Amino acid sequence: MTGGASADTALDRAFDVPGRSLWADARRRLVGNKAAVIGMAVLACVTLTAILAPLLSPYPYDATDYGLISCAPDWWPGSGAMCRAGGEHWFGTDAVGRDLFVRVLYGARVSLAVGLVASLVSLILGVGYGALAGFVGPRLDELMMRFVDVLYSLPYIFLVIVLMVIFNRNFYLMFVAIGAVEWLTMARIVRGETLSIRQKEFIEAARAAGVGPFSTILRHIVPNVVSPVVVYVTLTVPNVILAESFLSFLGLGIQEPLTSWGVLISQGADQMESAPWLLMFPTLFMAATLFSFNFIGDGLRDALDPKDR
Amino acid sequence: MTSFVFRRLLGVIPTLLVIVTLSFFLMRLAPGGPFDTQRRLPPEIQRNIAAAYDLNKPLYQQYFIYLDRLVHFDLGPSYRTKDFTVSELIAEGLPVSARLGLGAMAIALVFGISLGTLAALRQNSAADYSVMSFAMLGITIPSFVTAPVLMLVFGVWGVKFLGHDISLPVGGWNNGAVANLVLPIAVLALPETAIVARLVRGSMVEVLRSNYIRTARAKGLPEHLIVLRHALPPALLPLVSYLGPAFATLLTGSLVVERIFAIPGVGRYFIEGAINRDYTLVLGVVIFYATFIILLNLVADLLYAALDPRVRYR
Repeated sequence: MTGGASADTALDRAFDVPGRSLWADARRRLVGNKAAVIGMAVLACVTLTAILAPLLSPYPYDATDYGLISCAPDWWPGSGAMCRAGGEHWFGTDAVGRDLFVRVLYGARVSLAVGLVASLVSLILGVGYGALAGFVGPRLDELMMRFVDVLYSLPYIFLVIVLMVIFNRNFYLMFVAIGAVEWLTMARIVRGETLSIRQKEFIEAARAAGVGPFSTILRHIVPNVVSPVVVYVTLTVPNVILAESFLSFLGLGIQEPLTSWGVLISQGADQMESAPWLLMFPTLFMAATLFSFNFIGDGLRDALDPKDR
Repeated sequence: MTSFVFRRLLGVIPTLLVIVTLSFFLMRLAPGGPFDTQRRLPPEIQRNIAAAYDLNKPLYQQYFIYLDRLVHFDLGPSYRTKDFTVSELIAEGLPVSARLGLGAMAIALVFGISLGTLAALRQNSAADYSVMSFAMLGITIPSFVTAPVLMLVFGVWGVKFLGHDISLPVGGWNNGAVANLVLPIAVLALPETAIVARLVRGSMVEVLRSNYIRTARAKGLPEHLIVLRHALPPALLPLVSYLGPAFATLLTGSLVVERIFAIPGVGRYFIEGAINRDYTLVLGVVIFYATFIILLNLVADLLYAALDPRVRYR
């Protein structure tokens, strides 16, 4: 009796060694990836300053000062600059004397918001559509994926431009417009995964237990496609931020006095020779953010790829 | 094989029909019309204009009129550029855009393949890391940043090279003079080169690990033969399926590049058309490019089968 009890505790102790789940494993690999960790740190900084922008800003984002037009920050090297902004204008001022630091932070809010919301739209559409197509059986699947193929051959930037013109540069619909075009690849990925998952025994078990098709998709299929989806979303966000900046450059993006990195960069490019800081700071912020997302995406892929295990 | 090509070609028709329908009705949802001007036209003139372009008919009739023209390869008259048909406008812009696009593609392939191969051969070396950082830069820095920077450096400041002062024109077309082509092509080629380099590096690394490369090494083949004859052809296969998306990337780039460098290509017409509600012009450009992408994808599939003996189409 006592012997049996001690064997039990030995067994319990053996089971107390924490197991390594897929996600714990992935987290360990991700933390070991220097580029990804730096990316996450940079991204956290940018996001935090963007969220706290109203608290950090010494000036309102739309306050003009006609005494300080395109002035360099105090620490700017060289004597080429026409004037010095002085005071708390850390990044200098723009063509109508607005503080560039504040505008870069507010631009970050818009760019990040567009990136995240549009990716979320593409995530929901893509996962829903892909899982459904993979699950419903070959005939409807064929039809649904043909539709995706058709949309694939539409020149995508053209579609976004047409949508932006139609909705008259409505800021919120821009999220939807970009997200609605980015969901195609997601749908393909999820559908492929679903096709292989639905052959597995646990789906059969779920059906035998009387689980309906929609709960099967939500409870059993979607959780199993998470890892490729996470990787793809991380790589979608920078694409969307770039797409938004293209639209802004073409004059179809967000409107003044609100701003985004794309708007700031295209305005900075106009004055590149006389006021290079106007191009430099927004480009630096945007490039650092896009770099971070790409590094995190690559790191996640390496961390979650079972081939490497 | 022939029947596969035939079936795929037949499949192009419904695909195009969906695209035409979608773009046609999407465009008409837009508020405002092509003939809205600052000055109010007298109602009878408005009516005449609308009648001349069939705009007074119900939408579904306009749709069928458009389809009827389309099957006769007529993209209709441009609403805004008077006395020009859409086909004429596209024919005017296309040689310009094509020259930029093909030039950029050629440069991207040459540099992308060599850089990618180099990086794969020296995996995890300084060369590998610098190629990959360059690729990341090429992908993340938008062309509307590289364009003005290159303009400033090579156009405004000028660069000394081998004792010659090099100064390139920063805009205009000048009938396609080589000097005018350099900067726009460089800007277009940069992101494309970056993507090609990443693709080639990835597949090259995989190929170099495969058994037959080890066999080739064991036979004592010189390294350059192993790389050029045994490793490169299969490593380039993923590039073939990148053909369609590559073209789409070029299009996005050319919208911006044509605008920055004031080049009279198709992209510029498209943006002007979209902003001015020139329905037929926008539709025409979308349909033209969609057809091109569909055909490119078909060619890519066939090429894939021709290059990879494991792929069979029935």
